[in-house]
Amino acid sequence: MRQISIHARAGQGAITIASLLGTAAFLEGKQALAFPHFGAARMGAPMDSFVRISEQEIRIRSQIYEPNYILVVDDTLLRGYNFFQNMIPGGASFINLSEQGYLPEAEGISVYCIPADDIAENLFGKRMGNTALLGAFSAGTGEVSLDSLQKAIDKKFDGKIADVNKKAIEEGYNYFKKKYT
Amino acid sequence: MKDFLEGSHAVAHAVKICKPGVISAYPITPQTHIVENLAEFVASGELKTEFINVESEHSAASVVLGSLAMGVRSYTASSSQGLLLMEEVLYNIAGLRLPLVITCANRAVSAPLSIWNDQQDSEALRDAGVIQLYVENIQEAVDLHLFAFRLAEDPRVLLPVMVCMDGFVLTHAYEAVDIPEESEVDSFLPPLELREKLDTENPLSMGIVSDARFYMETRYAIQETMKEAIVIMPELKKDFIQITGRNLNVFFESYKLEEAQKVIICRGSVSGTVKEVVDEMRDEGHKVGALKLISYRPFPTEELYRALKNIPLIGVLDRAISLGSSGPMYTEFKALFQGKEGTPKISGFIGGLGQRDITKKHVREMFEKLDGEEITCEFINLNVEYLMGARKYT
Repeated sequence: MRQISIHARAGQGAITIASLLGTAAFLEGKQALAFPHFGAARMGAPMDSFVRISEQEIRIRSQIYEPNYILVVDDTLLRGYNFFQNMIPGGASFINLSEQGYLPEAEGISVYCIPADDIAENLFGKRMGNTALLGAFSAGTGEVSLDSLQKAIDKKFDGKIADVNKKAIEEGYNYFKKKYT
Repeated sequence: MKDFLEGSHAVAHAVKICKPGVISAYPITPQTHIVENLAEFVASGELKTEFINVESEHSAASVVLGSLAMGVRSYTASSSQGLLLMEEVLYNIAGLRLPLVITCANRAVSAPLSIWNDQQDSEALRDAGVIQLYVENIQEAVDLHLFAFRLAEDPRVLLPVMVCMDGFVLTHAYEAVDIPEESEVDSFLPPLELREKLDTENPLSMGIVSDARFYMETRYAIQETMKEAIVIMPELKKDFIQITGRNLNVFFESYKLEEAQKVIICRGSVSGTVKEVVDEMRDEGHKVGALKLISYRPFPTEELYRALKNIPLIGVLDRAISLGSSGPMYTEFKALFQGKEGTPKISGFIGGLGQRDITKKHVREMFEKLDGEEITCEFINLNVEYLMGARKYT
């Protein structure tokens, strides 16, 4: 089983990408469980969402404390907490960070910085990089394919929203491929 | 058809294919997504239902009381304070023998305010004459909603059925779920036919005053029906399995009880985590098992006794507390063995209040504690450093 923690602020689409990731895994015939955990129930408050992906039935319902992968949708959250400390060695983290941003370090963990907000802003004028970050995750881990993520978007959204988010996922995916492989 | 759905959305689908004539609800977290989805189905014309917006949960429950009294299939949902506000009406619905199906998206009760999950709210309705079924996962939530309509409306039952699903942990989680076809549901769930209902052509009164000569018999009748439900539920379960081709537990699920020396009894979504630990500990050679309680009311006493009678060490995990006593399920299981031969040692644990996480480590600790002295009421994963002030809590 692979466990993924997504760290964000409420309103930044962490639940959306958790459900997209779960849907993509489901479409590939895998078992998946995606669920949120809120802190204070208001916009802007730190919150997490979690995804488990497995070939076997997933029964465990507790939160994820030792993730294989993390996605950090808002880099300001890195200031207060070391998200890497309990990660499984060899894991990978995907941080939404502009190219001029500082690079966090973590021993035994691959740290990938993806300017997901910049990608989103160029595409649709909003610094809403959640889906671009998910594209990079797909490129960096191969846990789900780009194609499955696009299909998951089509299941959840219609029209222009679907189009720009599919594009954002693709650009996040291509950014990772270009920069890190 | 199999799909990857949010728990609330899946339940809304299940309710939709049962085609209630009236839905009335008032929003409260974490129940809101269920009725929001149903409202969308009504707005888009997918579901032909009278969706009645109200100003409080008390009114929502009153609306469905009225529609059921007219013989119309009805549905509502709530959580926590909202459910408590409904309580007065829910007692009436049970007393009037109206077959309501209600979802409780289980949430802690204030104060302090907590929107998060435990099972204190439905526990407060324990004695209302409402059948209570607790689900572990989203598939079970869907299946037990279909089952709930059939059970409530069975002419031999005619009692409200509450399906209890853990708030957030299930209502806001996404997983793969098989939603039955409408045609399957149609053959499982016949249209509601109430013999006695409000009708201007044949007027009658319901719920009128019943003085000391009559009242007690109405309670006796509900008690007898609860006992009969123990016989009826397996019958209806057979129908469900035949039509959907999917197994369904309606009383409880026994998990690796064969030759088990230690068993944890649990309820709701935490059961998955408990089963996971049972597998790990079995692999290490420990004879452990789990029992997931589904039907809390009626409490299937005989069946539970048969399942547990050879287990020497039992732990009961309550996600609610009867303050001043102990865990409500714990006392129930203690009573179950009272006066029986070879009574097991039964320990009671309180956990997961206000959605304090219960991890595999905590489940393992509970199993380990069963070897020691019998515990009546121990809080697990309690932060003792938070217990400040002049009073010493030990």
